[in-house]
Amino acid sequence: MNVIETVNLTKSYGKARGITEINLSVQEGEFFGFIGPNGAGKSTTIRTLLGLIQPTSGRASVLGKDIIKEHKAILSEVGYLPSEAVFYTGMRVSDILKLSADLYKKDCSAESARLCERFQLDTSRRIEELSFGNRKKVGIICALEHRPKLLILDEPTSGLDPLMQREFFSVLRERSAEGTTVFLSSHILSEIQHNCTRAAIIREGKLVTCDRVENLSKTNAKRVTVHGDFKANGLSGVRDMQMSDGNISFLYSGDINELLTRLTASHINDLSIAEPDLEEIFMHYYTDGGETK
Amino acid sequence: MTIIKHELRQGKKSFLIWTASIAFFIVICVFMFPEMKGEMDAVSDMFSSMGSFTAAFGMDRLNFGTFIGFYAIECGNILGLGGAFFAALIAIGALAKEEKDHTAEFLLSHPVSRVRVISEKLAAVMIEIVLMNVIVYLLTIASVAAIGEEIPWKEMGLLHLSYLLMQIELAGICFGASAFLTRGSLGIGLGLATMMYFLNIIGNITDSAKFLKYITPFGYTEGADIVSEGKLDALLILLGMVYMAVGIALSYLRYIKKDIK
Repeated sequence: MNVIETVNLTKSYGKARGITEINLSVQEGEFFGFIGPNGAGKSTTIRTLLGLIQPTSGRASVLGKDIIKEHKAILSEVGYLPSEAVFYTGMRVSDILKLSADLYKKDCSAESARLCERFQLDTSRRIEELSFGNRKKVGIICALEHRPKLLILDEPTSGLDPLMQREFFSVLRERSAEGTTVFLSSHILSEIQHNCTRAAIIREGKLVTCDRVENLSKTNAKRVTVHGDFKANGLSGVRDMQMSDGNISFLYSGDINELLTRLTASHINDLSIAEPDLEEIFMHYYTDGGETK
Repeated sequence: MTIIKHELRQGKKSFLIWTASIAFFIVICVFMFPEMKGEMDAVSDMFSSMGSFTAAFGMDRLNFGTFIGFYAIECGNILGLGGAFFAALIAIGALAKEEKDHTAEFLLSHPVSRVRVISEKLAAVMIEIVLMNVIVYLLTIASVAAIGEEIPWKEMGLLHLSYLLMQIELAGICFGASAFLTRGSLGIGLGLATMMYFLNIIGNITDSAKFLKYITPFGYTEGADIVSEGKLDALLILLGMVYMAVGIALSYLRYIKKDIK
């Protein structure tokens, strides 16, 4: 079953912002990454799925339910962490967690206490006293405490220190192992690369590509780094060339034999040829619009 | 019920401050009556000869020398205006504040329908208004008893009932506006309440502006009319309740489909 499925989902605002004909499907149990820079439409997509905003055209279902007609039933099984976790001032952390649980009509006190312990969150503090990172933790616990079938996380790690990020991802992996579907929206590629099985890239409101993470990082291009007397001039398929004292580094997608011939003809001290990482793929999709490979 | 409880808890501080202030000023005014009673004949003559100013506050038809005459004018200005401000403020913020404070995303990503959010918020606003009026009414009655005046039950009851209806009408209209607003809502609420108050005064001064009574809810809270006629103006109240119903209906129509910022 597809936990998230969108068909030509479009949301247009007055100006250029919004999303255009997004077709996305996320299967049950997947750890799915949603990558894109700020303003690409990640949050708009998520907010449409959650019924906070109405789509202009197209349709979508979450957990097999229509996002408009069965919006309430969807929300009872989804845990959502907004990119900016904002709560009512004047309330204590414990009040917020209780309010959230009450709105889900569930008693989450045991799970909530366990999570607070893991994230080292003091529930007696007032919301307005909390740092950005601590507010984020409150959001995380609100998203997790009712044990939802689908977790939708919008830039979840901003504000968390590295230890907390590690703890957070270990909780996510546990949940994922128990069968929870995780939809992780982020612009931090390493997060996606280390955790997700599949990912989609969104750019200026349009889905650029959607594939398994290892396929996304596997293109015919290689990252070639040469130390020595080597000139890449005249080779076809060279991109993103960087030179620094005696080092030359570039992405190569031409004929590998041609490259080897040129290399044997030169006097070189050191050489590495590696798969480009996701970051480079990402830059590739963003800098030249994903039109060339 | 969860949202009603939450709303009431969130609004507790402002509720207590408004209720205490309004009750305090009314009680002070009531306590001033015995001292002023003796001088009232002179004051009454003066007040009734100030031309349009006299008419504006209905002082041409009320006797300042009687307790109810004095009370209808004092109370009209304190509970009328204070209550109107309170009702307008809490109603106009009810839906808009969630977006202004960015808490809408938290609330609406929980499994609650928009209809339930609107209904429970509306209920919370009405509960606060009714509760405030009941508390003020009880304290007022107690203070009248304390100065040893005979309590004019009927007139007092009618006056306070008309203020309550006026506040509920204003709240309904502001609640409707709240669904359309995201920021700057408080100013609009206060402005609306003030405007309604002055519309009534203008309607009192000139006969050609009498039709304003059909617009402003202050039209049926006129102390002079209520005390001299011994009843409320059913037509004006009915019209007011229609305005309120329109406001509330608009809030549902708008907020159910609203894109949350």
